[in-house]
Amino acid sequence: MLFFSFFKTLVDHEVTIELKNDLKITGILKSVDQFLNIKLDEIRVVEEGKYPHLSAVKNVFIRGSVVRYVHLPANAVDTALLEDATRREAANVAGKAR
Amino acid sequence: MFTTSAQLIDLTDKKLMIALRDGRKLIGVLRAWDQVSNLVLQSTVERLYCNGMYCDIPRGVFIVRGENVLLLGEIDLDREDEIPLRQASVQEVFAEQRREKAAEERKEKIYRKKLRRLGFEDEGEPLH
Repeated sequence: MLFFSFFKTLVDHEVTIELKNDLKITGILKSVDQFLNIKLDEIRVVEEGKYPHLSAVKNVFIRGSVVRYVHLPANAVDTALLEDATRREAANVAGKAR
Repeated sequence: MFTTSAQLIDLTDKKLMIALRDGRKLIGVLRAWDQVSNLVLQSTVERLYCNGMYCDIPRGVFIVRGENVLLLGEIDLDREDEIPLRQASVQEVFAEQRREKAAEERKEKIYRKKLRRLGFEDEGEPLH
């Protein structure tokens, strides 16, 4: 749930998704779901010559399971907030396990 | 409570480009889907790309198991007519692809062997 909430704060930011097959797509993050599936609008493909199949595509839905990295602008992330959220999540998990 | 969900409802009944884990590209109209991205595509065409040319193989109705899906792209019908590639016959593209794949596979084999000798294990089935 933590990363789902985290990505929700990044909606309308520009991100670059790197897939496990090395494809890198830059676009505006439009939505995310519990599986961390991602929808990007206005995409640009890095090294687009290598990927001709995406030349006529403007929006994509990326299955969460194939994402390797999500590259973000550093100034869009409040790391202190993330750390707090992580500590709370860890505490919740530890509490439930007991 | 407001929740965003990256659902496929907005892409239903649209012409999409589906990239699969085995490297295949399907173009079809999305008719049905579920939470794990199982898909039903109608009027599906498998498009093969190789060295500046492409060809289409008509496939009809496809049910795609979700785990094989890399991504779905909405095809912009205006941009679709401006693809800078040449359409060729299936035989031509298929032959070219087979040659490229054989060369690629030989390189991959050597690469993986070297990595294993250095102690890196295979990371499972590679995505194409």
